[in-house]
Amino acid sequence: MRNTVINGLVGIARQDSNVALIVGDLGYGVVDEFARLFPERFIDAGISEQAMTSLAAGLALEGFEPYIYSIGNFPTLRCLEQIRNDVCERGLRVRIIAVGSGFPYGQLGMSHHATEELAALRALPGMRIFTPTGPRDAKLALDAAHACDGPCYLRLAKGGEKDLYPEGAELDVYHAFELVPRGEVNILASGAVASEAVGAAELLSKWGIDAGVYLFAAVKPLDSSTVKELASVSKLLVTVEEHNVIGGFGGAVAEAVSEMPGSGARAPLLRLGLQDIFSPGVGDAAWLRAKCGIDAEGIAAAVEKRLGEL
Amino acid sequence: MDNGITSEELARRIRVHVIEMTHASHASHVASALSVADILAVLYGGVMRCDPRRPDLPERDRLVLSKGHAGSAIYAALAERGFFPVEELRRYYTNGSPYSGHVSAAGVPGVEFSTGSLGHGVSVACGIALALRMKGSRARVFAIVGDGECDEGSVWETARLASKLGLSNFTVIVDRNRMQAMGRTPEGVSLAERWRAFGFDTRECDGHDHEALRAALVPATGERPVCVVARTVKGRGVSFMEDDLLWHYRDPQGEWYERAMSELGGKLGGEV
Repeated sequence: MRNTVINGLVGIARQDSNVALIVGDLGYGVVDEFARLFPERFIDAGISEQAMTSLAAGLALEGFEPYIYSIGNFPTLRCLEQIRNDVCERGLRVRIIAVGSGFPYGQLGMSHHATEELAALRALPGMRIFTPTGPRDAKLALDAAHACDGPCYLRLAKGGEKDLYPEGAELDVYHAFELVPRGEVNILASGAVASEAVGAAELLSKWGIDAGVYLFAAVKPLDSSTVKELASVSKLLVTVEEHNVIGGFGGAVAEAVSEMPGSGARAPLLRLGLQDIFSPGVGDAAWLRAKCGIDAEGIAAAVEKRLGEL
Repeated sequence: MDNGITSEELARRIRVHVIEMTHASHASHVASALSVADILAVLYGGVMRCDPRRPDLPERDRLVLSKGHAGSAIYAALAERGFFPVEELRRYYTNGSPYSGHVSAAGVPGVEFSTGSLGHGVSVACGIALALRMKGSRARVFAIVGDGECDEGSVWETARLASKLGLSNFTVIVDRNRMQAMGRTPEGVSLAERWRAFGFDTRECDGHDHEALRAALVPATGERPVCVVARTVKGRGVSFMEDDLLWHYRDPQGEWYERAMSELGGKLGGEV
Protein backbone atom coordinates (compact mmCIF):
# COMPACT_ATOMS: atom_id res chain seq x y z
CA MET A 1 0.00 0.00 0.00
CA ARG A 2 3.02 2.27 0.43
CA ASN A 3 3.82 2.28 -3.27
CA THR A 4 0.15 2.62 -4.18
CA VAL A 5 -0.11 5.77 -2.10
CA ILE A 6 3.11 7.35 -3.34
CA ASN A 7 2.22 6.55 -6.95
CA GLY A 8 -1.21 8.01 -6.27
CA LEU A 9 0.46 11.11 -4.92
CA VAL A 10 2.48 11.46 -8.12
CA GLY A 11 -0.82 11.45 -10.00
CA ILE A 12 -2.31 14.07 -7.69
CA ALA A 13 0.83 16.20 -8.00
CA ARG A 14 0.49 16.17 -11.79
CA GLN A 15 -3.00 17.67 -11.43
CA ASP A 16 -2.28 20.00 -8.53
CA SER A 17 0.87 22.11 -8.77
CA ASN A 18 0.59 23.04 -5.08
CA VAL A 19 1.27 19.51 -3.87
CA ALA A 20 4.64 19.14 -2.17
CA LEU A 21 6.19 16.05 -0.63
CA ILE A 22 8.37 16.40 2.44
CA VAL A 23 10.30 13.37 3.64
CA GLY A 24 12.32 12.93 6.79
CA ASP A 25 15.43 11.29 5.34
CA LEU A 26 13.27 8.31 4.40
CA GLY A 27 11.64 6.82 1.35
CA TYR A 28 14.67 5.59 -0.56
CA GLY A 29 13.46 3.86 -3.70
CA VAL A 30 9.86 4.80 -2.90
CA VAL A 31 9.73 8.54 -3.48
CA ASP A 32 12.27 8.67 -6.31
CA GLU A 33 9.76 9.20 -9.07
CA PHE A 34 8.09 12.07 -7.25
CA ALA A 35 11.49 13.65 -6.65
CA ARG A 36 12.48 13.20 -10.29
CA LEU A 37 9.24 14.59 -11.71
CA PHE A 38 8.79 17.46 -9.28
CA PRO A 39 12.21 18.34 -7.90
CA GLU A 40 11.14 21.80 -6.80
CA ARG A 41 8.24 20.32 -4.81
CA PHE A 42 10.23 17.55 -3.18
CA ILE A 43 11.93 18.45 0.09
CA ASP A 44 14.08 16.10 2.10
CA ALA A 45 13.93 17.78 5.51
CA GLY A 46 16.47 15.41 6.98
CA ILE A 47 16.16 13.73 10.34
CA SER A 48 14.32 16.64 11.89
CA GLU A 49 10.69 15.79 12.41
CA GLN A 50 9.84 18.84 14.47
CA ALA A 51 11.23 21.26 11.90
CA MET A 52 9.71 19.17 9.11
CA THR A 53 6.22 19.42 10.56
CA SER A 54 6.40 23.14 11.21
CA LEU A 55 7.90 23.62 7.75
CA ALA A 56 4.83 21.90 6.32
CA ALA A 57 2.63 24.23 8.35
CA GLY A 58 4.44 27.22 6.85
CA LEU A 59 3.96 25.85 3.34
CA ALA A 60 0.27 25.20 3.98
CA LEU A 61 -0.20 28.71 5.37
CA GLU A 62 0.94 30.01 2.00
CA GLY A 63 -1.42 27.81 0.01
CA PHE A 64 0.67 24.74 -0.70
CA GLU A 65 -0.57 21.20 -0.08
CA PRO A 66 2.26 19.51 1.79
CA TYR A 67 2.41 15.77 2.37
CA ILE A 68 4.78 14.50 5.03
CA TYR A 69 6.18 11.03 4.64
CA SER A 70 8.06 9.08 7.29
CA ILE A 71 7.92 5.97 9.45
CA GLY A 72 5.31 5.25 12.14
CA ASN A 73 6.15 7.23 15.25
CA PHE A 74 8.49 9.76 13.66
CA PRO A 75 6.02 12.07 11.88
CA THR A 76 3.43 11.55 14.63
CA LEU A 77 4.56 11.15 18.25
CA ARG A 78 8.00 12.71 17.78
CA CYS A 79 6.45 16.01 16.68
CA LEU A 80 3.04 15.77 18.30
CA GLU A 81 3.05 19.30 19.61
CA GLN A 82 4.05 20.67 16.22
CA ILE A 83 1.08 18.81 14.74
CA ARG A 84 -1.18 20.15 17.47
CA ASN A 85 -0.05 23.79 17.65
CA ASP A 86 1.20 24.49 14.16
CA VAL A 87 -1.00 22.29 11.94
CA CYS A 88 -4.27 21.44 13.69
CA GLU A 89 -4.96 24.66 15.51
CA ARG A 90 -5.12 26.46 12.17
CA GLY A 91 -6.82 23.53 10.44
CA LEU A 92 -4.04 23.48 7.86
CA ARG A 93 -4.05 21.18 4.85
CA VAL A 94 -1.11 19.09 5.95
CA ARG A 95 -1.31 15.35 5.32
CA ILE A 96 0.85 13.01 7.31
CA ILE A 97 1.64 9.66 5.76
CA ALA A 98 3.16 7.19 8.19
CA VAL A 99 4.47 4.00 6.72
CA GLY A 100 5.00 0.88 8.82
CA SER A 101 2.49 1.82 11.52
CA GLY A 102 1.78 -1.10 13.81
CA PHE A 103 4.18 -4.01 13.38
CA PRO A 104 5.56 -3.97 9.80
CA TYR A 105 9.01 -2.98 11.09
CA GLY A 106 8.73 -5.63 13.77
CA GLN A 107 12.35 -6.74 13.79
CA LEU A 108 13.59 -3.20 14.28
CA GLY A 109 12.32 -3.07 17.84
CA MET A 110 9.87 -1.01 19.84
CA SER A 111 11.08 2.38 18.53
CA HIS A 112 9.67 1.32 15.16
CA HIS A 113 6.43 -0.19 16.46
CA ALA A 114 3.80 2.53 16.18
CA THR A 115 1.15 1.31 18.58
CA GLU A 116 -0.08 4.43 20.40
CA GLU A 117 0.10 7.21 17.83
CA LEU A 118 -3.49 6.71 16.70
CA ALA A 119 -4.76 7.52 20.19
CA ALA A 120 -2.72 10.71 20.34
CA LEU A 121 -3.78 11.93 16.92
CA ARG A 122 -7.43 10.98 17.36
CA ALA A 123 -7.72 13.51 20.16
CA LEU A 124 -6.56 16.40 17.98
CA PRO A 125 -9.50 18.54 16.83
CA GLY A 126 -10.02 18.56 13.07
CA MET A 127 -7.68 15.66 12.38
CA ARG A 128 -9.02 12.99 10.03
CA ILE A 129 -7.56 9.53 10.32
CA PHE A 130 -7.47 6.85 7.67
CA THR A 131 -6.47 3.26 8.40
CA PRO A 132 -6.62 1.46 5.06
CA THR A 133 -6.55 -2.32 5.01
CA GLY A 134 -4.85 -2.75 1.62
CA PRO A 135 -3.89 -1.02 -1.61
CA ARG A 136 -7.38 -0.30 -2.86
CA ASP A 137 -8.72 1.57 0.14
CA ALA A 138 -5.28 3.15 0.63
CA LYS A 139 -5.70 4.88 -2.71
CA LEU A 140 -9.23 5.92 -1.75
CA ALA A 141 -7.92 7.24 1.55
CA LEU A 142 -5.33 9.33 -0.25
CA ASP A 143 -7.97 10.80 -2.54
CA ALA A 144 -10.22 11.49 0.44
CA ALA A 145 -7.34 13.14 2.28
CA HIS A 146 -6.57 15.34 -0.68
CA ALA A 147 -10.21 16.36 -0.97
CA CYS A 148 -10.36 17.17 2.71
CA ASP A 149 -9.95 20.78 3.84
CA GLY A 150 -7.78 20.15 6.87
CA PRO A 151 -5.16 17.93 8.45
CA CYS A 152 -5.18 14.19 7.79
CA TYR A 153 -3.25 11.18 8.96
CA LEU A 154 -2.81 8.14 6.74
CA ARG A 155 -1.81 5.14 8.79
CA LEU A 156 -0.19 2.74 6.36
CA ALA A 157 1.44 -0.64 6.71
CA LYS A 158 4.26 -1.26 4.28
CA GLY A 159 3.96 -3.48 1.23
CA GLY A 160 2.49 -6.80 0.18
CA GLU A 161 -0.87 -6.33 1.89
CA LYS A 162 -3.70 -8.29 0.33
CA ASP A 163 -6.53 -6.51 -1.40
CA LEU A 164 -9.43 -7.85 0.68
CA TYR A 165 -12.27 -6.30 -1.29
CA PRO A 166 -14.17 -8.26 -3.93
CA GLU A 167 -13.54 -7.18 -7.49
CA GLY A 168 -15.89 -4.44 -8.59
CA ALA A 169 -17.02 -3.66 -5.05
CA GLU A 170 -18.17 -0.10 -4.57
CA LEU A 171 -16.20 1.44 -1.74
CA ASP A 172 -16.64 4.56 0.33
CA VAL A 173 -13.67 5.15 2.55
CA TYR A 174 -15.82 6.77 5.22
CA HIS A 175 -18.22 3.82 5.45
CA ALA A 176 -17.55 0.35 6.80
CA PHE A 177 -17.55 -2.37 4.18
CA GLU A 178 -19.32 -5.65 4.90
CA LEU A 179 -16.78 -8.18 3.69
CA VAL A 180 -18.22 -11.27 5.38
CA PRO A 181 -22.00 -11.13 5.92
CA ARG A 182 -23.39 -10.29 9.32
CA GLY A 183 -23.29 -13.07 11.89
CA GLU A 184 -24.02 -13.63 15.57
CA VAL A 185 -20.52 -12.30 16.14
CA ASN A 186 -19.31 -9.32 14.14
CA ILE A 187 -15.66 -8.44 13.83
CA LEU A 188 -14.75 -4.85 13.03
CA ALA A 189 -11.23 -4.42 11.72
CA SER A 190 -9.08 -1.45 10.74
CA GLY A 191 -5.71 -1.39 9.04
CA ALA A 192 -3.76 -4.19 7.41
CA VAL A 193 -4.47 -6.54 10.32
CA ALA A 194 -8.01 -6.84 8.89
CA SER A 195 -6.74 -9.80 6.85
CA GLU A 196 -6.39 -11.68 10.15
CA ALA A 197 -10.03 -10.97 10.95
CA VAL A 198 -11.00 -12.60 7.68
CA GLY A 199 -8.95 -15.66 8.59
CA ALA A 200 -10.55 -15.71 12.03
CA ALA A 201 -14.05 -15.67 10.53
CA GLU A 202 -13.15 -18.67 8.37
CA LEU A 203 -11.89 -20.57 11.42
CA LEU A 204 -14.94 -19.66 13.46
CA SER A 205 -17.18 -20.80 10.64
CA LYS A 206 -15.51 -24.22 10.82
CA TRP A 207 -16.19 -24.25 14.56
CA GLY A 208 -19.87 -23.52 13.87
CA ILE A 209 -19.72 -19.86 14.87
CA ASP A 210 -21.15 -17.38 12.41
CA ALA A 211 -18.93 -14.28 12.28
CA GLY A 212 -19.26 -11.25 10.01
CA VAL A 213 -16.31 -9.04 9.11
CA TYR A 214 -16.48 -5.29 8.55
CA LEU A 215 -13.59 -3.23 7.25
CA PHE A 216 -13.03 0.30 8.54
CA ALA A 217 -10.64 2.38 6.44
CA ALA A 218 -11.39 5.50 8.46
CA VAL A 219 -11.24 5.83 12.24
CA LYS A 220 -12.02 9.53 12.38
CA PRO A 221 -14.67 10.25 11.42
CA LEU A 222 -15.83 6.80 12.44
CA ASP A 223 -18.78 5.17 10.71
CA SER A 224 -20.58 5.10 14.02
CA SER A 225 -24.01 4.36 12.55
CA THR A 226 -22.75 0.98 11.30
CA VAL A 227 -21.10 0.37 14.66
CA LYS A 228 -24.31 1.14 16.54
CA GLU A 229 -26.45 -0.88 14.20
CA LEU A 230 -24.20 -3.93 14.57
CA ALA A 231 -24.03 -3.44 18.34
CA SER A 232 -27.82 -3.59 18.47
CA VAL A 233 -28.09 -6.89 16.56
CA SER A 234 -24.92 -8.82 17.46
CA LYS A 235 -24.37 -11.30 20.26
CA LEU A 236 -20.76 -10.12 20.45
CA LEU A 237 -18.96 -7.20 18.85
CA VAL A 238 -15.20 -7.49 18.34
CA THR A 239 -12.61 -4.92 17.27
CA VAL A 240 -9.22 -5.81 15.84
CA GLU A 241 -6.33 -3.38 15.41
CA GLU A 242 -2.56 -3.26 15.45
CA HIS A 243 -2.56 -0.63 18.19
CA ASN A 244 -3.19 -0.27 21.88
CA VAL A 245 -6.85 -1.02 22.63
CA ILE A 246 -6.91 2.29 24.49
CA GLY A 247 -7.72 5.31 22.39
CA GLY A 248 -7.43 3.77 18.94
CA PHE A 249 -9.98 2.00 16.78
CA GLY A 250 -11.34 -0.16 19.61
CA GLY A 251 -11.52 2.91 21.78
CA ALA A 252 -13.45 4.79 19.12
CA VAL A 253 -15.91 1.91 18.73
CA ALA A 254 -16.31 1.68 22.52
CA GLU A 255 -17.13 5.38 22.64
CA ALA A 256 -19.75 4.99 19.91
CA VAL A 257 -21.36 1.95 21.58
CA SER A 258 -21.41 3.61 24.98
CA GLU A 259 -23.30 6.56 23.52
CA MET A 260 -26.20 4.36 22.45
CA PRO A 261 -29.53 4.94 24.21
CA GLY A 262 -29.71 2.89 27.39
CA SER A 263 -33.00 1.15 26.69
CA GLY A 264 -32.07 -0.93 23.63
CA ALA A 265 -30.11 -4.15 23.44
CA ARG A 266 -26.36 -3.70 23.12
CA ALA A 267 -23.76 -6.35 22.39
CA PRO A 268 -20.79 -6.74 24.70
CA LEU A 269 -17.58 -5.47 23.12
CA LEU A 270 -14.31 -7.38 22.91
CA ARG A 271 -11.38 -5.18 21.96
CA LEU A 272 -8.41 -7.03 20.51
CA GLY A 273 -5.06 -5.38 19.98
CA LEU A 274 -2.24 -4.50 22.35
CA GLN A 275 -3.76 -4.80 25.83
CA ASP A 276 -2.17 -1.61 27.16
CA ILE A 277 1.32 -2.98 26.66
CA PHE A 278 4.25 -2.11 24.45
CA SER A 279 4.98 -4.56 21.67
CA PRO A 280 5.89 -7.88 23.26
CA GLY A 281 9.32 -8.27 21.68
CA VAL A 282 11.20 -8.33 18.44
CA GLY A 283 10.00 -10.32 15.49
CA ASP A 284 8.22 -10.07 12.20
CA ALA A 285 4.69 -8.74 12.00
CA ALA A 286 3.11 -12.21 11.90
CA TRP A 287 4.99 -13.26 15.04
CA LEU A 288 4.09 -10.08 16.89
CA ARG A 289 0.44 -10.41 15.90
CA ALA A 290 0.40 -13.96 17.25
CA LYS A 291 2.04 -12.82 20.49
CA CYS A 292 -0.67 -10.18 20.87
CA GLY A 293 -3.47 -12.57 19.95
CA ILE A 294 -4.44 -10.66 16.81
CA ASP A 295 -3.49 -13.30 14.27
CA ALA A 296 -6.39 -15.32 12.80
CA GLU A 297 -6.03 -18.13 15.36
CA GLY A 298 -5.73 -15.73 18.29
CA ILE A 299 -8.77 -13.72 17.25
CA ALA A 300 -10.87 -16.87 16.71
CA ALA A 301 -9.81 -18.33 20.06
CA ALA A 302 -10.57 -15.10 21.91
CA VAL A 303 -13.99 -14.87 20.30
CA GLU A 304 -14.86 -18.47 21.15
CA LYS A 305 -13.71 -17.98 24.74
CA ARG A 306 -15.68 -14.76 25.18
CA LEU A 307 -18.80 -16.30 23.67
CA GLY A 308 -18.52 -19.13 26.18
CA GLU A 309 -18.54 -16.59 29.02
CA LEU A 310 -21.74 -14.89 27.87
CA MET B 1 7.11 55.79 8.97
CA ASP B 2 3.56 56.32 7.69
CA ASN B 3 2.28 57.99 10.83
CA GLY B 4 5.27 60.29 10.98
CA ILE B 5 7.05 59.02 14.07
CA THR B 6 10.57 57.69 14.30
CA SER B 7 11.28 54.06 15.08
CA GLU B 8 12.75 55.25 18.39
CA GLU B 9 9.42 56.88 19.24
CA LEU B 10 7.60 53.73 18.14
CA ALA B 11 9.80 51.72 20.51
CA ARG B 12 9.04 54.10 23.37
CA ARG B 13 5.32 53.81 22.74
CA ILE B 14 5.55 50.01 22.59
CA ARG B 15 7.23 50.08 25.99
CA VAL B 16 4.59 52.38 27.48
CA HIS B 17 1.85 50.05 26.21
CA VAL B 18 3.69 47.01 27.52
CA ILE B 19 3.90 48.53 31.00
CA GLU B 20 0.23 49.48 30.91
CA MET B 21 -0.91 46.10 29.56
CA THR B 22 1.06 44.04 32.06
CA HIS B 23 0.08 46.43 34.87
CA ALA B 24 -3.63 46.30 34.08
CA SER B 25 -3.72 42.55 33.53
CA HIS B 26 -1.16 41.42 36.12
CA ALA B 27 0.54 39.50 33.32
CA SER B 28 4.13 38.31 33.47
CA HIS B 29 6.93 38.59 30.86
CA VAL B 30 7.13 42.37 30.97
CA ALA B 31 10.94 42.26 30.76
CA SER B 32 10.87 39.90 27.76
CA ALA B 33 8.61 42.34 25.94
CA LEU B 34 10.83 45.32 26.76
CA SER B 35 13.84 43.37 25.51
CA VAL B 36 12.38 42.93 22.02
CA ALA B 37 10.70 46.35 21.70
CA ASP B 38 13.46 47.96 19.62
CA ILE B 39 13.70 45.00 17.26
CA LEU B 40 9.95 45.18 16.64
CA ALA B 41 10.06 48.95 16.24
CA VAL B 42 12.78 48.75 13.62
CA LEU B 43 10.98 45.96 11.73
CA TYR B 44 7.57 47.65 11.76
CA GLY B 45 9.15 51.10 11.51
CA GLY B 46 10.40 50.63 7.96
CA VAL B 47 12.41 47.45 7.44
CA MET B 48 9.35 45.29 6.81
CA ARG B 49 7.16 46.02 3.81
CA CYS B 50 3.60 45.78 5.09
CA ASP B 51 0.34 47.67 4.83
CA PRO B 52 -1.76 47.90 8.01
CA ARG B 53 -4.89 48.38 5.91
CA ARG B 54 -4.18 45.17 4.02
CA PRO B 55 -2.67 42.73 6.49
CA ASP B 56 -3.16 39.81 4.07
CA LEU B 57 -1.42 41.47 1.10
CA PRO B 58 0.42 38.60 -0.63
CA GLU B 59 3.53 40.72 -1.22
CA ARG B 60 3.93 41.64 2.46
CA ASP B 61 7.00 40.71 4.43
CA ARG B 62 6.15 38.26 7.20
CA LEU B 63 7.19 38.20 10.83
CA VAL B 64 6.73 35.28 13.20
CA LEU B 65 7.40 36.08 16.84
CA SER B 66 8.75 32.71 17.87
CA LYS B 67 9.32 33.89 21.44
CA GLY B 68 5.57 34.17 21.83
CA HIS B 69 5.67 35.21 25.47
CA ALA B 70 6.49 38.76 24.31
CA GLY B 71 2.95 39.00 22.94
CA SER B 72 2.24 42.36 24.59
CA ALA B 73 5.06 43.97 22.60
CA ILE B 74 3.92 42.80 19.17
CA TYR B 75 0.28 43.68 19.89
CA ALA B 76 1.47 47.15 20.88
CA ALA B 77 3.62 47.49 17.76
CA LEU B 78 0.76 46.42 15.49
CA ALA B 79 -1.71 48.76 17.19
CA GLU B 80 0.67 51.71 16.90
CA ARG B 81 1.18 50.92 13.23
CA GLY B 82 -2.57 50.95 12.66
CA PHE B 83 -3.34 47.26 12.17
CA PHE B 84 -6.05 47.71 14.80
CA PRO B 85 -7.08 50.52 17.16
CA VAL B 86 -4.75 51.26 20.09
CA GLU B 87 -7.80 51.07 22.40
CA GLU B 88 -7.95 47.34 21.66
CA LEU B 89 -4.82 46.87 23.79
CA ARG B 90 -7.01 47.35 26.85
CA ARG B 91 -8.54 43.95 26.07
CA TYR B 92 -5.17 42.21 26.43
CA TYR B 93 -5.42 39.19 28.76
CA THR B 94 -9.15 39.72 29.41
CA ASN B 95 -11.93 37.16 29.13
CA GLY B 96 -13.12 36.67 25.57
CA SER B 97 -10.29 38.74 24.11
CA PRO B 98 -8.21 37.59 21.13
CA TYR B 99 -5.11 39.08 22.76
CA SER B 100 -3.73 36.13 24.72
CA GLY B 101 -0.58 36.52 26.78
CA HIS B 102 1.41 34.44 24.33
CA VAL B 103 0.87 35.83 20.89
CA SER B 104 -2.21 34.66 18.99
CA ALA B 105 -3.03 35.05 15.32
CA ALA B 106 -6.72 34.26 15.75
CA GLY B 107 -8.61 37.50 15.32
CA VAL B 108 -5.53 39.75 15.52
CA PRO B 109 -4.73 41.45 12.18
CA GLY B 110 -1.02 41.43 11.40
CA VAL B 111 -0.03 38.44 13.50
CA GLU B 112 1.08 35.71 11.11
CA PHE B 113 1.11 32.79 13.50
CA SER B 114 0.26 31.84 17.07
CA THR B 115 3.19 30.79 19.20
CA GLY B 116 3.83 30.10 22.86
CA SER B 117 5.56 26.76 22.82
CA LEU B 118 9.17 27.62 22.06
CA GLY B 119 11.01 26.35 19.01
CA HIS B 120 7.96 26.26 16.73
CA GLY B 121 7.61 29.72 15.22
CA VAL B 122 11.06 29.83 13.68
CA SER B 123 10.37 26.51 11.98
CA VAL B 124 6.98 27.60 10.62
CA ALA B 125 8.60 30.82 9.39
CA CYS B 126 11.17 28.72 7.55
CA GLY B 127 8.31 26.92 5.82
CA ILE B 128 6.71 30.23 4.86
CA ALA B 129 10.04 31.37 3.43
CA LEU B 130 10.30 28.20 1.37
CA ALA B 131 6.71 28.64 0.15
CA LEU B 132 7.35 32.24 -0.89
CA ARG B 133 10.46 31.25 -2.79
CA MET B 134 8.51 28.45 -4.52
CA LYS B 135 5.89 31.02 -5.52
CA GLY B 136 8.53 33.39 -6.87
CA SER B 137 7.70 36.04 -4.28
CA ARG B 138 10.28 38.63 -3.31
CA ALA B 139 8.89 39.03 0.19
CA ARG B 140 11.15 38.44 3.19
CA VAL B 141 10.34 36.36 6.25
CA PHE B 142 11.59 37.28 9.71
CA ALA B 143 11.50 35.16 12.84
CA ILE B 144 12.42 36.48 16.27
CA VAL B 145 13.71 33.84 18.66
CA GLY B 146 14.87 34.21 22.20
CA ASP B 147 18.35 33.11 23.19
CA GLY B 148 16.80 30.83 25.79
CA GLU B 149 14.60 29.44 23.04
CA CYS B 150 17.77 28.35 21.27
CA ASP B 151 17.94 25.55 23.86
CA GLU B 152 15.28 23.82 21.76
CA GLY B 153 16.54 21.18 19.36
CA SER B 154 13.90 22.11 16.81
CA VAL B 155 15.57 25.51 16.39
CA TRP B 156 18.72 23.79 15.20
CA GLU B 157 16.82 21.36 13.01
CA THR B 158 15.44 24.43 11.27
CA ALA B 159 18.83 26.16 11.20
CA ARG B 160 20.30 23.22 9.33
CA LEU B 161 17.29 22.93 7.05
CA ALA B 162 17.07 26.63 6.16
CA SER B 163 20.77 26.64 5.39
CA LYS B 164 20.52 23.51 3.26
CA LEU B 165 17.59 25.02 1.39
CA GLY B 166 19.56 28.24 0.84
CA LEU B 167 16.67 30.42 1.97
CA SER B 168 18.15 33.87 1.44
CA ASN B 169 14.69 35.41 2.02
CA PHE B 170 14.72 34.14 5.60
CA THR B 171 16.11 36.15 8.52
CA VAL B 172 16.30 34.89 12.08
CA ILE B 173 16.73 37.54 14.74
CA VAL B 174 17.99 36.34 18.11
CA ASP B 175 16.90 38.51 21.01
CA ARG B 176 20.13 37.90 22.91
CA ASN B 177 19.28 39.14 26.40
CA ARG B 178 21.28 36.42 28.14
CA MET B 179 18.48 35.51 30.48
CA GLN B 180 15.84 32.83 30.54
CA ALA B 181 13.19 31.75 32.98
CA MET B 182 15.52 30.10 35.50
CA GLY B 183 18.51 32.40 35.18
CA ARG B 184 21.41 33.16 32.86
CA THR B 185 21.30 31.65 29.39
CA PRO B 186 24.26 29.29 29.21
CA GLU B 187 27.28 30.71 27.44
CA GLY B 188 29.18 27.83 25.86
CA VAL B 189 29.91 28.43 22.21
CA SER B 190 28.60 31.87 21.30
CA LEU B 191 25.22 31.90 19.61
CA ALA B 192 26.59 33.89 16.69
CA GLU B 193 29.26 31.26 16.16
CA ARG B 194 26.63 28.54 16.25
CA TRP B 195 24.41 30.21 13.64
CA ARG B 196 27.48 30.90 11.53
CA ALA B 197 28.52 27.27 11.82
CA PHE B 198 25.06 26.25 10.59
CA GLY B 199 25.69 28.27 7.43
CA PHE B 200 23.83 31.48 8.19
CA ASP B 201 25.07 34.88 7.04
CA THR B 202 25.40 35.98 10.65
CA ARG B 203 25.59 39.55 11.87
CA GLU B 204 25.86 40.86 15.42
CA CYS B 205 24.70 44.22 16.68
CA ASP B 206 23.39 46.21 19.62
CA GLY B 207 19.73 45.22 19.71
CA HIS B 208 18.70 48.60 21.08
CA ASP B 209 20.59 50.73 18.53
CA HIS B 210 18.15 51.29 15.70
CA GLU B 211 20.75 52.34 13.11
CA ALA B 212 22.80 49.24 13.92
CA LEU B 213 19.71 47.01 13.68
CA ARG B 214 18.74 48.48 10.32
CA ALA B 215 22.26 47.90 9.02
CA ALA B 216 22.28 44.31 10.29
CA LEU B 217 18.88 43.61 8.76
CA VAL B 218 19.82 44.37 5.16
CA PRO B 219 18.93 41.45 2.89
CA ALA B 220 21.30 38.59 2.21
CA THR B 221 23.69 39.04 -0.64
CA GLY B 222 24.29 35.36 -1.32
CA GLU B 223 22.16 32.23 -1.19
CA ARG B 224 22.32 31.94 2.57
CA PRO B 225 19.74 32.73 5.21
CA VAL B 226 20.54 35.59 7.55
CA CYS B 227 20.87 35.56 11.32
CA VAL B 228 21.07 38.75 13.34
CA VAL B 229 22.22 38.21 16.88
CA ALA B 230 20.87 41.32 18.59
CA ARG B 231 22.55 41.97 21.92
CA THR B 232 19.77 43.14 24.20
CA VAL B 233 19.04 43.78 27.84
CA LYS B 234 16.05 42.14 29.39
CA GLY B 235 13.75 44.84 30.79
CA ARG B 236 15.44 47.53 28.69
CA GLY B 237 14.09 51.03 29.20
CA VAL B 238 12.99 50.71 32.80
CA SER B 239 16.05 51.03 35.03
CA PHE B 240 14.99 48.77 37.85
CA MET B 241 13.81 46.01 35.50
CA GLU B 242 16.99 45.81 33.45
CA ASP B 243 18.78 42.47 33.63
CA ASP B 244 16.79 41.45 36.72
CA LEU B 245 15.21 37.98 36.52
CA LEU B 246 12.45 39.03 38.91
CA TRP B 247 10.78 40.98 36.10
CA HIS B 248 10.44 37.91 33.94
CA TYR B 249 7.57 37.16 36.27
CA ARG B 250 6.54 40.22 38.27
CA ASP B 251 3.95 42.68 36.94
CA PRO B 252 4.41 46.39 37.59
CA GLN B 253 2.12 47.70 40.31
CA GLY B 254 2.00 50.67 42.66
CA GLU B 255 5.23 52.62 42.88
CA TRP B 256 6.92 50.32 40.37
CA TYR B 257 4.25 51.07 37.81
CA GLU B 258 4.47 54.82 38.40
CA ARG B 259 8.26 54.82 38.18
CA ALA B 260 8.24 52.74 34.99
CA MET B 261 5.77 55.09 33.31
CA SER B 262 7.71 58.10 34.46
CA GLU B 263 10.98 56.74 33.05
CA LEU B 264 9.30 55.99 29.71
CA GLY B 265 7.48 59.31 29.49
CA GLY B 266 4.08 57.65 29.50
CA LYS B 267 1.00 58.65 31.42
CA LEU B 268 -0.68 56.51 34.05
CA GLY B 269 -3.56 54.79 32.29
CA GLY B 270 -1.47 54.03 29.25
CA GLU B 271 -1.53 57.21 27.19
CA VAL B 272 1.73 57.42 25.26
